[in-house]
Amino acid sequence: MGTFIQLVVDGLATGSIYAALALAIVLVNQATGLINFAQGGLAVLSSYIAFAFLQLQLPLIVAILIAVVLSFFIGALVERFLLRRFERGDPDTAVVVTIGLLTLVTGIAAMIWTYNNRAFPSLFPLTSVEILGAVVSVRSLATTVTIVVIMVVLQLLFLRTKLGLALRAVADNPASAAFSGLPVGRLLMVGWGLAATLGAVAGVLVAPQLTLTPGMLDTALVYALASVILGGLSSPVGCVVAASAIGVLENLVAVYVPLIGHDLKIAVPFALIFVILILRPQGLFGRKVVVRV
Amino acid sequence: MTLLELSGVTASYGPVQVLEGVELSVPEGGSVGILGANGAGKTTTLRAISGTVRTGGRIRFEGRDIRGFRPDRVAALGIAHVPEGRGTLGQLSVRENLMVGAYLRKDRRSIPADIEYCLDLFPQLQDRVASRAASLSGGEQQMLAVARAFMAKPKLLLLDEASLGLAPSTSKTVYEAIRRLRLDSGIAMLVVEQNANLAFSLVDTATVLETGRNVLTGSSDELRGMDEIRRAYLGG
Repeated sequence: MGTFIQLVVDGLATGSIYAALALAIVLVNQATGLINFAQGGLAVLSSYIAFAFLQLQLPLIVAILIAVVLSFFIGALVERFLLRRFERGDPDTAVVVTIGLLTLVTGIAAMIWTYNNRAFPSLFPLTSVEILGAVVSVRSLATTVTIVVIMVVLQLLFLRTKLGLALRAVADNPASAAFSGLPVGRLLMVGWGLAATLGAVAGVLVAPQLTLTPGMLDTALVYALASVILGGLSSPVGCVVAASAIGVLENLVAVYVPLIGHDLKIAVPFALIFVILILRPQGLFGRKVVVRV
Repeated sequence: MTLLELSGVTASYGPVQVLEGVELSVPEGGSVGILGANGAGKTTTLRAISGTVRTGGRIRFEGRDIRGFRPDRVAALGIAHVPEGRGTLGQLSVRENLMVGAYLRKDRRSIPADIEYCLDLFPQLQDRVASRAASLSGGEQQMLAVARAFMAKPKLLLLDEASLGLAPSTSKTVYEAIRRLRLDSGIAMLVVEQNANLAFSLVDTATVLETGRNVLTGSSDELRGMDEIRRAYLGG
């Protein structure tokens, strides 16, 4: 029983990493209608920016805050000067551009900071507490709590604020939104900026655990996309639940199903997606997109 | 007082010139129709005003040249465009669509009352306030598009083919509501409509376009009486 609880707790901790990235992807999707494959790459870049300020002997929290603020502008500028050119065209083109951006950002990070692993200090103490017989690191616990707080804030932003409504309106139909006076370009920049900010938070939360490398979030991005599809593109709560479920499930399966083990566990979430999407094409929490003509 | 004045307005989609010098004038609180056959430039004239097509000539709104303004800036000046087709945000609820319509308004306190007014104007929307716009029928979506434009409290409403694709009885309902809206609010209107009877039920004067030029302008009563106009441009 002790092992089981330990596996669940560890799974939730990994799940919170996927969740952080998944939330950023949902944010961009809600605000621009796109899936941003570069989200992980931008988050890594943000982490490196924090790392660079750390090396200037700034305190950790200050370095992180600077990186988070700069990330807003990086996200906004990427939208303004890169994605803006593709937004009016085929959405598929824009998605491919984000994949190219991922490669580019990873390359830039490697060029400046090399592919060597860098140690990144944790915001939270490295102590552990015991809960129901399982050893839980304070770091995992704090990460999970942070993610849940961000999730709630995002949900409120989208559903309860004027900015959230405007972001969703622009994502739904930019041309139509402009007829109501919404400054479409500025709102798209804000959407990307907010997502990059969120990605920065995700990056610095997980960097201590994964150690900083240009490809730090590549695997996490795959799981984050799986969570987003599973939880529904329109639902912050859904993608966090899905990310946690995926984290727990892959841990349990790796240990309890010998046939799968640690080598095949990456396939588990995708088998799950396959089954769930057949039953619920809109994802677990997503809303069905209905088009009537 | 003239609210909107177009003189020598040209417009083109890439190399194809669609407007060849359109003249138009909408008085404050007035309602003007644009009639004409398919491809005459009616929709493009509205697009020229709302800033969604490349335009030449002069477009003055409240004495100020607004040609070349971005659509959101035009909207901010008090011009609400209800485009051809469904001018709604499909994945947002009916209420959210109306809230988006009111995005630029500063008088936030009176927004709920205006939403109530819209639901009174279009009772069909009452049971659907929480439904997503994409799930509405064509007629309901058109009603929502007009209501959303009204929520901006504009000075001028550009209305493009509000009857398109609707059953005749539904078109009539929509136009009756728009007429009431005009009486209640005094909003000036520029109306593009293929169906002449619907158009004349709403406008005081009208101009007939043919291949991007005005060929005839007059009051509703004058134009309504002209048999050849009816046959040539208005489909009987």
